[in-house]
Amino acid sequence: MSAYNPTVARLTYRALLGRRRALTLCVLPALLLAVAVAVRAMVGADDDVTAELLGGFALATMVPLIGVIAGTGAIGPEIDDGSVVYLLAKPLKRSTIVSTKLIVAIGVTVVFSAVPTLVAGFVLNGNSQQLAVAYAVAAAVASVAYSALFLLLGTVSRHAVVIGLVYALVWETLFGSLVPGARTLSVQQWALALAERIGGDGMITSDVGLPLAVVLLAAVTAGGAWWAGQKLRTLTLAGEG
Amino acid sequence: MSPEPSPTPVAPRGTDVIHNIGYRKYDGPRLGRAYARRSLFLQTLRGAYGLGRAGKSKVLPMILFAVMALPAGIIVAVAVTTGADELPVGYAEYAVQLQFVIALFVAAVAPQAVSLDLRFKTIPLYFSRPIERSDYVAAKAAALAAALFVFIASPVVILYAGALLAKLDFVDQTGGFVQGVVFSALYALVYGGVGLAAAALTPRRGFGVAAIIAVLTIPYMLVNALQSIATEQDSDAGGWLGAASPGTLLTGVQEKFFGGDSLFAGAVELSDAQGAVYLLLLAGLIAGSYALLLRRYGKAGL
Repeated sequence: MSAYNPTVARLTYRALLGRRRALTLCVLPALLLAVAVAVRAMVGADDDVTAELLGGFALATMVPLIGVIAGTGAIGPEIDDGSVVYLLAKPLKRSTIVSTKLIVAIGVTVVFSAVPTLVAGFVLNGNSQQLAVAYAVAAAVASVAYSALFLLLGTVSRHAVVIGLVYALVWETLFGSLVPGARTLSVQQWALALAERIGGDGMITSDVGLPLAVVLLAAVTAGGAWWAGQKLRTLTLAGEG
Repeated sequence: MSPEPSPTPVAPRGTDVIHNIGYRKYDGPRLGRAYARRSLFLQTLRGAYGLGRAGKSKVLPMILFAVMALPAGIIVAVAVTTGADELPVGYAEYAVQLQFVIALFVAAVAPQAVSLDLRFKTIPLYFSRPIERSDYVAAKAAALAAALFVFIASPVVILYAGALLAKLDFVDQTGGFVQGVVFSALYALVYGGVGLAAAALTPRRGFGVAAIIAVLTIPYMLVNALQSIATEQDSDAGGWLGAASPGTLLTGVQEKFFGGDSLFAGAVELSDAQGAVYLLLLAGLIAGSYALLLRRYGKAGL
């Protein structure tokens, strides 16, 4: 049994990028790039500014939001309108379906968040102090974890988008800034731990040590995918149609 | 319905007869537009807090309300026990500090107020009653603003009551309290208008929630990041940058006109010209979102 099924992947890509969704996904990266160009034109290349914009906007706002859209969008609507039955009725392992959808969600999130972050970093300061690469790697790693997390949410609750947004904005932004302990349990901080290692001295700081961050990231991703597979195995559609 | 079932006369076949089966005209009181509008307002206002709805829909608004009011309770308790001579947070400042909670409340409540009517196509049924489209919009907008006002002003009342209990200066505190209430009303109008306009765009509740969160938080975070940059560059652009999002507009107005500290990055304070522009923009935002709603519901067929 493979972990990837091209047909499921194609269907998921279509669901994610079809119609107006692709447009929604493009808005944030476009905004980031526009701001990056504007800031570079007005301020010039500056490392502090780059860290501020990439950390404060790209990693803190854009990545989780795109993760919510891609992660829940990969499976949520299908469960919502009941068409997931046709997919589940095919002779495919549920875990294959989940892993395929996860791979697609990760791919979409990386393309729409990590790549723009990298480009914006180069626009802002030409990758001085490795900032662009550091933040792009952080965004990519965070994309993986967010995709798994929100894919799981999509299988668990019908209000996945709302819960995902609450987590992304309230937990990571509000509690993260008020309650120091909440920062240890934040995907963003785990990703920053990686960026800290890559970026220049003292430019990026994270509240979590690198080994712990890597372990937590791996655990969240693997655990999310596994649990989503379990949820899909026992999915009941009765009474929801 | 027929109290006097009159025996229908047996007509000979072939002749056309209109039988009187006792239908009567309604001659009770007709309550009219104002009553329908008031009912819609009240129903929406109650619905915002889940009153008159299933137990499940009460959970989120009530939790958010508790989250909003709890810090005020704690602040008051601390102020009373330590005998501080002023509250650590200004009355108007409080709402700005908790603006994410307010944004979540709007996102939870506004789609509920409008999306079900759109989704199940019950809008035409409203308009088969003696209300106009403008009545519907006015009732919904007023109800949401009122729900938000209760949400934002309640902690202000708690703070005021606590301040009086702690024997803080009465005149001072009353002045601050009035400022806080007026600011709450402004806040409710702006967020209510923007939230409702975003929610009315789509019949899907989930999209409505996402749209509101996006409109209220993405520009805010962006402006915040840009303001930090401006501060680091020792540029004075921070004040003007704040005009680019509803959240920062309110933050700025709070500092300028409602006697609070600046909560902008770098504690930027507004000049008089900036303050005037902020107020104008807020008025424009309220009027614009209302006009957008009127246009949305003016569309034939829906």
